[in-house]
Amino acid sequence: MSAPTPGRRSRWTIWLPLALFIGFVALVAYGLMAPGERDVRSAMVGNPLPQFTLPAGVEGTPGLSRADFTKGEPRLLNIFASWCVPCAVEAPQLDTLAAQGVPIDGVAIRDRSEDIAQFLDRNGNPYRAIGKDDVSAVQLGIGSSGVPETFVIDGEGIIRYQHMGPIMERDIAQIMSEWRKAKEPL
Amino acid sequence: MIAELGLALLWFAAAFALLQLFTGLLSLREAGAGFAESVRPVAVMQGVLVTLSFLALIWLFLRTDLSVLLVASNSHVDKPFVFKLAGTWGNHEGSMLLWVTVMALSGAAIALLERRLPERTMLATLAAQAFVSLGFYAFLLFSSNPFTRLEPAARVGAGLNPLLQDLGLAFHPPTLYLGYVGLSVAFSFAVGALMTRQVGPQFARAMRPWVLGAWIFLTIGITAGSYWAYYELGWGGWWFWDPVENASLMPWLAATALLHSVSVLAARDALRIWTIMLGVVAFSMSMVGTFLVRSGVLTSVHSFAVSPERGSFILALLCLYIGGALVLFGLRASTVNEGKQFAWSSREAALVFNNVALTAILGIVLVGTLYPLLTEAFGVRVSVGPPYFNPVGAIFAFPMVVVMAIGPLLRWREDRFARVGRRMIAPVAIFAIALVAALVLAPGIGILPLLGLALAAMLAVASVLPVLGRNPRRVKLAVWGMVVGHFGLAVALAGMASNAAFTTERLAAAAIGDTVAVGPWDVTLSEIEPIAGPNWTALEGTMTARYRGGAPVVLRPQARNFFSPPTATNESALATRWNGQLYAVLGQEADGGRWQLRLWWKPFVTLIWIGGLMVALGGLLALIGRVIADWKQRAIRVRLAERREYREAQP
Repeated sequence: MSAPTPGRRSRWTIWLPLALFIGFVALVAYGLMAPGERDVRSAMVGNPLPQFTLPAGVEGTPGLSRADFTKGEPRLLNIFASWCVPCAVEAPQLDTLAAQGVPIDGVAIRDRSEDIAQFLDRNGNPYRAIGKDDVSAVQLGIGSSGVPETFVIDGEGIIRYQHMGPIMERDIAQIMSEWRKAKEPL
Repeated sequence: MIAELGLALLWFAAAFALLQLFTGLLSLREAGAGFAESVRPVAVMQGVLVTLSFLALIWLFLRTDLSVLLVASNSHVDKPFVFKLAGTWGNHEGSMLLWVTVMALSGAAIALLERRLPERTMLATLAAQAFVSLGFYAFLLFSSNPFTRLEPAARVGAGLNPLLQDLGLAFHPPTLYLGYVGLSVAFSFAVGALMTRQVGPQFARAMRPWVLGAWIFLTIGITAGSYWAYYELGWGGWWFWDPVENASLMPWLAATALLHSVSVLAARDALRIWTIMLGVVAFSMSMVGTFLVRSGVLTSVHSFAVSPERGSFILALLCLYIGGALVLFGLRASTVNEGKQFAWSSREAALVFNNVALTAILGIVLVGTLYPLLTEAFGVRVSVGPPYFNPVGAIFAFPMVVVMAIGPLLRWREDRFARVGRRMIAPVAIFAIALVAALVLAPGIGILPLLGLALAAMLAVASVLPVLGRNPRRVKLAVWGMVVGHFGLAVALAGMASNAAFTTERLAAAAIGDTVAVGPWDVTLSEIEPIAGPNWTALEGTMTARYRGGAPVVLRPQARNFFSPPTATNESALATRWNGQLYAVLGQEADGGRWQLRLWWKPFVTLIWIGGLMVALGGLLALIGRVIADWKQRAIRVRLAERREYREAQP
């Protein structure tokens, strides 16, 4: 009985590494050429938030539910996670927004309370309340498929604007203006 | 003048690389056989020229010549000497020059020392080496000239990223670089052997020291990088699955696989094509890593000076080298002889299994690293973290550890499982005991740490079995290398599992005089004072920590502010005991004169890095053993030849 050595390949498998490599090159070339300013929006933008109630992300703080978003004041909903590196990158910008009086609520995706506490301790805490979303239910419900993402929700609970990826320095003005716009009813 | 001289030397070195490529290629044809004599001297000359060029750049940095753009933007007159030196390679241009220097020096070393390879493969290898170098020369000369002048000269310099102003980090990138370059040599060997179709044990023995050397540097680089991230970032973790970390892990995984398959090829003349393939993949991974880090296509905590233009250049090089090598591989692989066969129950088969597992883990890390980029192409941004890497990687890593325990006990070619089964009784018993003990001592332990601890115990026992009961002086140094390396991995795995399972953490707001308990420690905050360094100011906390009420240990974590560029960092403070580390970070001032403290007690966390260093030590023992054995063999061959000549000379 002899084991097939990895060296014994049929003709087409010999070209497999090259095919994979071409796929890799195509992907990163695309990443290089089109540095992500594309505007792909959630289908939920313009629609009301779905119903949800989440337990508190950090012990001793309030949880988060849909009712928090229908109190007449526009708010930001930030999807984040303690294990997500770009979330740490955007943290100073969230702090800036919070300091300018923008109320921000967080939804922590697939996270643990102690990790969230640690993350906030390290990166600052711009959130009024944090909900813990262990199965990505809220995340999927509002049409977000990645972390981090930030939504502007108006005082009626309608999703008005979606920002994908980390909020960088250059995005702050845009987010501020969307938040101000959300003060006007649709 | 020195800058212009350095640039001129760089141009000359590039010209010699071109000469090396052409003489090397021509000498492979019958008509050009006359060139064969000149390839080795040209390779040596190239090494000398580029080394002088690199020394010129070091000189400019040590003198802080601010009329050179690179020095002005990466150094500072007030910077300590050692960081001025490290500034030479602590930037894109300088690190590329270091890369090409080490590569040319390796080429020179091959040209001077390597006598085992068939001459044609040797010439093809040097040509391939020159081809790879030329890309980097072009990169340096046309897009990243380190010697560009600044007019008018700067007055003080723009400093070095303060996070990077750390001894560990000053020597961490060059260590990884030595590893990457070593893999480029292995790549050149693979390409040379493909060109001449001479793949066999001789080729494997010539390639092995380079793979081993590269692998040792990568192991040290990753271990040191992990420890740096642990104490410098102040986050209490030791691995973050950050793209930059993955960029260094992927070549290591490929090099580990290559190291083992090259041993099979050297010992048993099997796995010929697979070894060639891994030679190409290992270098590809170091290029892919460099590309991902430098091009800025991925977001990372380590912000190198990224630029899409440089990214495009590295990508072009990547296509040329790797694409070219893979095309050559496709054309030639089916014409390379298979090599020897072996049974399922053999050491070869165990090594094949580990190779496949390592390659699978490599694939998992690569997919996880690129996945954000892939989804972004479809308009979605995601971040992939430990919830993916840890469990998915473990699916392959844990079986691999089991095979690591069994493999060295198997015989080459064919063995009986029953024989090996008897030898595995003790390790399996230890596995069961560790499993039960962990469940009893820590009932809430997670499945990954639990299996990690038990497998580490099993591997630790199994890894010493190959030398147990043998006369230690009769055991070959290379075998000791394997034993130490495998044992080291068990130690590191134990550290990882222990850290994951038993770490206790405490976040507290403490006033001066308050005592905070974390695990078996009582930590008292005794004072907070401002202090100043050469280019930073800091608040330094003084804490007195007692382990179970024992003798006090003083910890001084700092919150530092650098002025140029203005950046705040946390300098954590550590108290190390034989059974773990206390890790303290000073946070912001809370209201009412209280300070945020973050304290961790991490039992046996140091085993992670001790294990990593043991793995590297194992590699070093193997390398020394192989080199000595080769040297002895050569001496014997020379003596035999002399005796034959003597006999023939007798009437």
